Formats: sequence, C-alpha cells, structure tokens
Amino acid sequence: MAYDKFSVLKSTAVPLPIENVDTDQIIPARFLKATKREGFGDNLFRDWRYNSDDSPKRDFVLNNPIYSGKILVGGKNFGSGSSREHAAWAIYDYGFRAVVSSFFADIFKGNSLNIGILPVTVSPEFLDKIFKAIEADPKTELEINLPNQTISILATGEKESFAINGYKKHNMLNGFDDIDYLQAMKEEIKTFASHSMY
Amino acid sequence: MSKVAGTLFDKVWDAHVIRKIEDGPDVFFIDRHFIHEVTSPVAFLGLQTRGIGVMFPDRTFATADHNTPTINQHLAVKDPLSANQLKALEENCAKYGISHWGLGNPKNGIVHVVGPENGITLPGMTIVCGDSHTSTHGAFGAIAFGIGTSEVEMVLSSQCIMQPKPKKMRITINGKLGKGVVPKDVPLYILSQISASGATGYFIEFAGEVFENMSMEGRMTVCNLSIEMGARGGMIAPDETTFAYLKGKEKSPKGEAWDKALAYWKTLKTDADAVFDMELKFDAADIEPQITYGTNPGLGTGISKKIPLASHVKDGEASYKKSLAYMGFAEDEKIIGKKVDYVFLGSCTNGRIEDFRAFASIVKGRKKADNITAWLVPGSHIVESQIKEEGILDILTAAGFQLRQPGCSACLAMNDDKIPAGKYAVSTSNRNFEGRQGPGARTLLASPLVAAAAAVTGVVTDPRELL
Ligand code: SF4
Repeated sequence: MAYDKFSVLKSTAVPLPIENVDTDQIIPARFLKATKREGFGDNLFRDWRYNSDDSPKRDFVLNNPIYSGKILVGGKNFGSGSSREHAAWAIYDYGFRAVVSSFFADIFKGNSLNIGILPVTVSPEFLDKIFKAIEADPKTELEINLPNQTISILATGEKESFAINGYKKHNMLNGFDDIDYLQAMKEEIKTFASHSMY
Repeated sequence: MSKVAGTLFDKVWDAHVIRKIEDGPDVFFIDRHFIHEVTSPVAFLGLQTRGIGVMFPDRTFATADHNTPTINQHLAVKDPLSANQLKALEENCAKYGISHWGLGNPKNGIVHVVGPENGITLPGMTIVCGDSHTSTHGAFGAIAFGIGTSEVEMVLSSQCIMQPKPKKMRITINGKLGKGVVPKDVPLYILSQISASGATGYFIEFAGEVFENMSMEGRMTVCNLSIEMGARGGMIAPDETTFAYLKGKEKSPKGEAWDKALAYWKTLKTDADAVFDMELKFDAADIEPQITYGTNPGLGTGISKKIPLASHVKDGEASYKKSLAYMGFAEDEKIIGKKVDYVFLGSCTNGRIEDFRAFASIVKGRKKADNITAWLVPGSHIVESQIKEEGILDILTAAGFQLRQPGCSACLAMNDDKIPAGKYAVSTSNRNFEGRQGPGARTLLASPLVAAAAAVTGVVTDPRELL
C-alpha cells in the first residue's frame, strides 16, 4: 500500500498515557477476517472506544473532541503482543502518521515503518514533558522533523533527537515501502534471476 | 583472497542476496514461492491496488489445503467462507498464470507435502510460503521459512523479500535411534530439552549420524518442527539420500541439467572449520518415544516418564500450571494409560507414506479400540495412491479404520475436522496450543507409532510393547 511521504509533520497530538498497549487492544482479533486492507480505522481501539452496544465510551480519548491530530503519543512498550500487521493498518487508516513513545515493541515498529507510520522513540523524560504539555493545553503542537531526526514541543521549544535506520528513513522520506523499493530494482532482479540455476 | 569457511546456511543465503543495504536488510531472492487459499487473497488485492503484476508466475505454486474438507471432496464446499477463499485462489492463479493444484486435482495436497514429492523443492533453493511450517523444505538443504502477508505480496511482485540474516545454530545428534523411536521423536525430544523458544533468532542446521541415516520423509518431519523451537527454519545438508529421492520426480532437473545440478548440490555442506553462533549436541541413545502433555510443543517427555514437576520445566510456574489445568493433567502423573478419544494421523509433519507405513506396522492384525475416533488423513493424493498401492489401505480397513481425503484437516481445524472440547487427541501434527485442534481440544503430540498404539488400545501406550 503506497503511503504519503513523510518529511516534517507539525500537528496537535492525541495522548494515550497507558503502558503496554498491545495489538489486541489496537485491533481486536475478531476484525482480522477482512480480506481488504481498508476500514480498519473504524475499529481502532474498538473495545476501548465503544461499548458492546456500539455506543461511544465518553471517557476514551478518541471520543473527546478536544484532542485531535496526526500524532498519537503512547506510554512505554507500545504495540506489544501479536505480530498482526493489522494493528499498524488501523492506526494509519484512522489518520495518524506518527506514534511517539519511550519504547516500541519490535515487530510493531517494523510493521509501522513499512506502512508509513513513523515510530518516534523519545526518552521517558521527554515523553513525560509531552504528556504534561498536552494536558496543560490540548492545542499544543509537536513538530517531527524526519530529515533532522528531531521532535520538538513548539510552544516551549524543547527538542530531542531520535534514531532511525538509514534505509527506513529513506523510504519514509520518499513514501516508499519495501515493495516500492523492490519495484525500483526490477532490472537488477531480472538479471539476477537470469543467472539463477532454478 | 582465501575463502572464509562457511556453513551450509551461509552458502545458500549468500548466493541469494542481490543487494546488501547498509544499515538495513538484505534484498533476498526467492527461487520458489508456495501459496494457499488462506494467506494469499489480501496479497493479491495489494497487487491490484498498486496496479502491479506477478513478476515470475512460474516460480509460484498454488495448492488448496488449509480450508478443504477431507470427505466428499467431489461435492461443493459447504462453508461459504472456505468456498470463497478457494474460489479467490483459483481466480487469482488463473488471472496471473500461476500453476494451481486445486481441490480434485490429482496433484492436490498439503503445500509442504506436494512441493517435495513433485520435485519443486530442490537443494540450495530459497523457498517461502505464507505458512510457518515452510521450514519443512529445509530437509533438502534449502533455506525455507514462513512469511507474512506483506511479504507474500513482495514475492509475487518482485520475487524478493527484505530480510536481515539470522544467526546460525547447529544441533548435532550422533548414535543410533532405538527400537520404536522414529524421526518425529527426535525434534520432540530436542523441544523438551531446549523449550519452545530455545532457538529463537536462529536458523538451525541438523547434523550428525541420526539425520544422515534418516529418510527424506523423516528429515522433513524434523525440519518441519524447527519452527516450534522458535527458529526461523532448519535445514539438513543434501546427500545421496536426497539425490535418490529427487531423481525422476516430475519437476526435478533431467539429463544434463540434472548432472549440473548434482555437481552444485554436492558442494552444499558446512565447511569443517565454519563457525556457528550456537552449537548443541545430543545423544541418540537418550531418545525414547516422545509425547507432549502441555500446551506448547516444548512440554513433552519420554512416554515412560511422568509429567514433570513445575520446578523442572523452563516455562514459568503460572503458565505451566495453566497449561496442565487446560489439559486436565497434574504434575508427577504417569502419561501411559491415560484415556484417549481421538487419533489424528496426518499434517505436513506426519502425513507422508512412511508415516502411514509406521502406523500400519502397529495396527496390522489388531483392531481399532471402540472408544477411539480416528482421522487418518494423507498429506496428498500421491500419498493416498501409495497407501492403496502398497496394500496399507487393506491393513487399515481390516483393523477398522477409514482413510480420509488429503488436506490440513485437524492440524489447524479450520475445516470441519475439529476435536470436541475436553476430548483428548493423540495427534501426529505440530501444535498442541490451546484450541488449535478445535475450541477446548486437548492435544498430545506424538509419532505415528504412538498414535497407532493409542488407536488400538484406546489409551496412551508405549509402542515398543506392540512392535
Ligand atoms: S498441515 Fe498444519 S502446519 Fe502443515 S500447512 Fe497445513 S495447517 Fe500448516
């Protein structure tokens, strides 16, 4: 699935100060039967977001109109549990382009990068600052600068650097995923295949 | 420059890296791609959305297996979801020109059974499929592993995936297997020693006399279960046994191509001074017929032993107790003599001709126990024909058993072959997870010999007493 290029993202953020948010919460297993990649956003955090009669749960952050934006800020160990790629699809499909946390589960991080969500790992102290800033003012804007690999809280000017591997950074900047990368080297693949003995 | 000594795994891996990405994964070329009805539809949809095609349709092979019924295959598939998936596979294969052995095709069967038996799987290849037991094909000295849906789409569109190279482990077992000890017991024994996560992050090479003396069917059973050890896959160096098995198979190279291939295959060995990231050694004499008692494949032991105390297993105490509670077992109980309700012979682990021969060797001249429901499911139509030709069917029929039609069946219970809640099944498949063989089903993984012994006695029985 092609996704939007990621360079500098300036946006308000949605705070989810919960630790160990697992992929079963992000997208419950019963929504995995679909044969398409669309529509997962509707079921993002389904059981936290809706009562069993499908009425919205008032106190869940996605149902609170004060908070909005393209950045989701989560607690430590975000995306743990089952390796389902659907979790990242749901977050992207809902409209988020970046998730900020002090620690990401490995597979979730890989899945996110591959479908166009930038996982930004910050120090626990900086994460705390972000949560406090949003709590004080829900309109707080964050800026994630991928070329410079920095994240800042615009109101206060506080800034931190984050790490990302060179290959994935290149892909994100260009809106490429692995499939695009491979499509771009088809000639090289063809040549290789023509020498293969099978 | 002198060549650095390499392992079998290095040789095959390195020969398939098209590009090494600095600070990123390897671009890895895939020789053979297997697909089935369950994990392919979303990948095909992805191609459509992007407006791209299948790069090398003749490198992908499709079979229907996961969702298929194992009786009355000539009738329309009743479950609409299954029928839908089967139809999607058929249409996608027709659209992109991929060879498809669907239901009713004489070549149809479980993907990891039909690949090898038709010579599609060859030494030195890289092989992937959207099914974790793709590791089976490693028996031929191929690098074979399971992939996710995005990767299925990658392989269809570019014949490559992006992979960091795993670490290497060698498991060496020398000596001779005792009476009644068959290939399935070897990986179950390893699992009981290293646990279901003992090889996480590694690719295994199985080496030593035990594997050298094993048939191809046996080697497939071993490599099949490498994934249950947490490994990415497992492989065994090709040798005369491998070459003899492949000679004359439908898609094996012929004539000059065969000679050329053979010369290459003979180089596929780990060099004497090659280094592994981890080495484990076991002794064949320590292995007796195995059986699992818990809810992961690492929770198994010798059939004559008792269920271990919590303090003797690597799993945490709480999860171990939960596991035993699910099984309705207790610590320190004997496993022999436990009542069994179902016996399942089949799956890509033990659905080959040798497994049916082993099963028949015990039931011959005996009768199925009245309390047992037995599902005997060949891995493919070719296996099914062999069973008939070799007279095995007559032995089974005389003993009161019936043969079903090929498919994954009760291995994952996606079709109607579900073990009812609370019932005990001695199963020759690969996973004993909670609910794997049906909601509430209790699975004891074991060899075809142990399955046969249970089938004729109605309880867990040491097969050595019946041989
Ligand atoms: S038999 Fe079981 S493990 Fe093998 S391919 Fe089928 S479902 Fe997967």
